[in-house]
Amino acid sequence: MASPLDLPVAELAACVADPRDPLRAADVVDASLRRIAALDGRLHAFLHVDDAGARRAAADLDDRVARGEAVGPLAGVPLAVKDNLAVAGLPLTCASKVLGGYVAPRDATVIARAKAAGAIVVGKTNLDEFAMGSSTENSAFGASRNPYDLARVPGGSSGGSAAAVAAGLVPLALGSETGGSVRQPASLCGIVGHKPTYGRVSRNGLVAFASSLDQVGPFGRSAEDTAALQRVIEGADPLDATSRAFPDGPAAARLAGDLAGLRVGVVEELEVGATGDPEVVAAVERVRAALVARGATLVRLSVPLMKAGIPVYYVVAPAECSSNLARFDGIRYGARVDAPELDALYARSRDAGFGAEVKRRILLGTFALSAGYADAFYKRAMSLRGALREQMTAAFARCDVLVSATSPFPAFRAGEKAGDPLAMYLCDVLTVTANLAGGPAVSVPAGRTRAGLPVGVQLWGPDGSDLGLLALGATLRGATGLAYEAPALAREVP
Amino acid sequence: MTAPFRVIVGMEVHLQLRTRTKAFCACRVAYGDEPNTHLCPVCLGLPGALPVLNAEALRLGVRTGLALRCAIAARTKWDRKNYFYPDLPKGYQISQYDKPLCASGFLEIDADDGTTKRVRIRRAHLEEDTGKSFHVAGTKHSRIDLNRCGTPLLEIVSEPDLASADEAARYLEELRKVVAYAGTSDGNMQEGNLRCEPNVNLVYPNGDRTPIVEVKNVNSVSNVARAIRFEVARQDAEYRAHGRTMANTPRSTRGFDDATGETVHQRTKESADDYRYFPEPDLPPLDVDPALVEAERAALPELPRARRTRYVEAFGLSAYDAGVLTADRRVADWYEQALVAGASPKGVANWLTGEVFARLNAESRGIEAVPFPPARLGELTALVEGKTVNAQAGKQVLRTMWESGEAPKDVVARLGLAQVSDPGAVKAACEAAIAAEPNAAAAVRAGKLEAFGRLMGAAMKALKGKGDPAAVKATLTDLLR
Ligand SMILES: [Zn+2]
Repeated sequence: MASPLDLPVAELAACVADPRDPLRAADVVDASLRRIAALDGRLHAFLHVDDAGARRAAADLDDRVARGEAVGPLAGVPLAVKDNLAVAGLPLTCASKVLGGYVAPRDATVIARAKAAGAIVVGKTNLDEFAMGSSTENSAFGASRNPYDLARVPGGSSGGSAAAVAAGLVPLALGSETGGSVRQPASLCGIVGHKPTYGRVSRNGLVAFASSLDQVGPFGRSAEDTAALQRVIEGADPLDATSRAFPDGPAAARLAGDLAGLRVGVVEELEVGATGDPEVVAAVERVRAALVARGATLVRLSVPLMKAGIPVYYVVAPAECSSNLARFDGIRYGARVDAPELDALYARSRDAGFGAEVKRRILLGTFALSAGYADAFYKRAMSLRGALREQMTAAFARCDVLVSATSPFPAFRAGEKAGDPLAMYLCDVLTVTANLAGGPAVSVPAGRTRAGLPVGVQLWGPDGSDLGLLALGATLRGATGLAYEAPALAREVP
Repeated sequence: MTAPFRVIVGMEVHLQLRTRTKAFCACRVAYGDEPNTHLCPVCLGLPGALPVLNAEALRLGVRTGLALRCAIAARTKWDRKNYFYPDLPKGYQISQYDKPLCASGFLEIDADDGTTKRVRIRRAHLEEDTGKSFHVAGTKHSRIDLNRCGTPLLEIVSEPDLASADEAARYLEELRKVVAYAGTSDGNMQEGNLRCEPNVNLVYPNGDRTPIVEVKNVNSVSNVARAIRFEVARQDAEYRAHGRTMANTPRSTRGFDDATGETVHQRTKESADDYRYFPEPDLPPLDVDPALVEAERAALPELPRARRTRYVEAFGLSAYDAGVLTADRRVADWYEQALVAGASPKGVANWLTGEVFARLNAESRGIEAVPFPPARLGELTALVEGKTVNAQAGKQVLRTMWESGEAPKDVVARLGLAQVSDPGAVKAACEAAIAAEPNAAAAVRAGKLEAFGRLMGAAMKALKGKGDPAAVKATLTDLLR
């Protein structure tokens, strides 16, 4: 018999919520924990597995179901959580030594909402330290691996969450994006990953990297599963002043409707050039062709400032990071290296606590904000960012959705880019602009390379069209037949 | 002789706004509680916690700005001021850098020459307070209390319009009164509600300017004046001995030592501190609701200086009495409520600043400790002014009112204190006095008027102290003519 873990999330939750159905949350969680125990030694998707807490939460949920209580749309669904999101009572490391020993006192808003909907947190997943990276190799606790090829990276920074879903350890996971950190690993792991419109999902409880870019995002094997988690976590939160409600508008409705007449934007600046992978280019062309075959039209356009995406991103994000990470000073919590002088205590604690990439970005950001340089770097970048937003608004006046590759190449080998920060930064060349502009974008599976590596396609819509985009993802799967396929490794454990 | 130099003082004031909870979280604002008891993930700067603006902090900021006659920005924003310090948990302070909530206001004070001086307010912006560090004497340890972290502050920056230590002190006193009137801050310097940093330098007739010194650690108005006086003397000496001017010496920060009355060098500001300000991404830009501004403008009470002027001009009070009555809004409000009984404003003011204050001062209590409603004092004043009782008996009435809370006319009736001005009774008493004090009467008749008091006393005594002094005096004068 197939594992309940492999059921669509809505079906799984409906079974668990039905007191007449024999499937209990305890069984589902047990199946998830067994798969983690069997496979995670090779994947290293998890930094912390909360075996006891997950079983307790499952038993509690089953009791409520038995008493006839209504439970939510994620009843009994195991959920993996990127370890930069606070789960009350669990360690919160951000894959950094600087947070050594820190235990979160409260749930992030998204966690509280997922729990209230019946989801069971099974553990915290690996990431690039403080979400800075594109391969999950920057974790202070060891890299994660791609379930389709253990010699390769799962992408990042939410690589642990993506690998956990792709390997079938959990049906759903939460990640976070600052510049592609959900979409890129979703693409490299052959699953769906969504970057919500900025402000649509609360950041309360998400450890900040770059506050004006950060968004929590859901992972699932299908667009429907991903949407189920998105619906639960989204909405205005009084604890996050930048959050707000986005009522479903006409843009979302158009994306959720028929493909006939859909205007598909093909942006010159998002085309994978000669440096990209031809198989990725072909995958994107196949998807566009399938859309056109069902009545969509292609609109060719240019968003010139997208060319500035990487430089703007690598000024704005480090600038905010340099301030956000100042609190990790060894004074109140986390690792402290004592010193006779206060400044030395700061310096030694931060030197010992942070990894190389984090230090690099703190230095970049401190420089970009410094007197005498802020005008040339931070202020210029912010002004370009504003102009980019305007160009995006203009682009969406001409089309309903942008369709491009998510990553210029499929999963790369572990270590391949680890020594070359600039090459690593270019992993995000197709994704960072959505973070800078604020709009929603989703990566959906678009087949595999001849070597069996997943390829993802990015769908990018106007602000607030999140659920429309996810619906389009489902329509697209119907049109192309391109869907999540479990890696061989996942079939080892029932 | 002209002064050898002019003193130039600008004032930076950090004012704690009187909110129930902190600026960006729901923790209570409390002074003097057990350390580290009013904390949450937000004001502790725990990872993942986000600030959410307390609307009351904004409202009090707007109100204070209006009281200082500032323009209120229609749209403002928040910025991060980045620096490392153990009492700053996030490593940055949420503040306002280039778009302050309030700008271009003024505060009027008495200048040293007795005229009114408008001290210009350059800007006033909202920010959050830091915690407190305590350096434990005799050890290598510091302790940190973060209760104060996140308390809303309004930083009020004046132009360098103050010309002396006294003007600086009057500026602070006036500011304290204004915020107390506006109800936006307790303004208590000892508790740190109001903290100030004077910037002091001197300018000489030849154009030379001494380097600006920012003085820290001044915790009372009198110490501000002491610190500035010390700085003036020190800077002048440095100028005359070593020619130290702005052109050859950098700005510096000095700390005031309460024990010695001196300022001590802390650090030199070779260049501006680099706080790497940038817009706070966790808080959206703030559109200040014009309706809020108008409501606050409408709710703003008459401010102390205007009230003082009105007391002088409309009530005929001395500037001194008007100042005393308006120093505390509660006293002034009490005073005006006492006026409804119809007595003269000057008479009520005399009773209030005389007998009532004496009693309160003896008990070290405030106006709220008066055990009867203000109108009762007005009634008492009216009884005295209407000659129902004389002043001496009035004091007895007041003492009785204080104990029993009775209405003054009831006290007069119960104790039979009504003044005797019946001509027959007065004349009989005066005749009895002359008969009892023949020597005094003879002396007065002989032109030695100093003996008249003795006769007055005897006549009043015969009237059991209730005689109308004017009638008694007139009758005695008649009888002795
Ligand atoms: Zn708090």
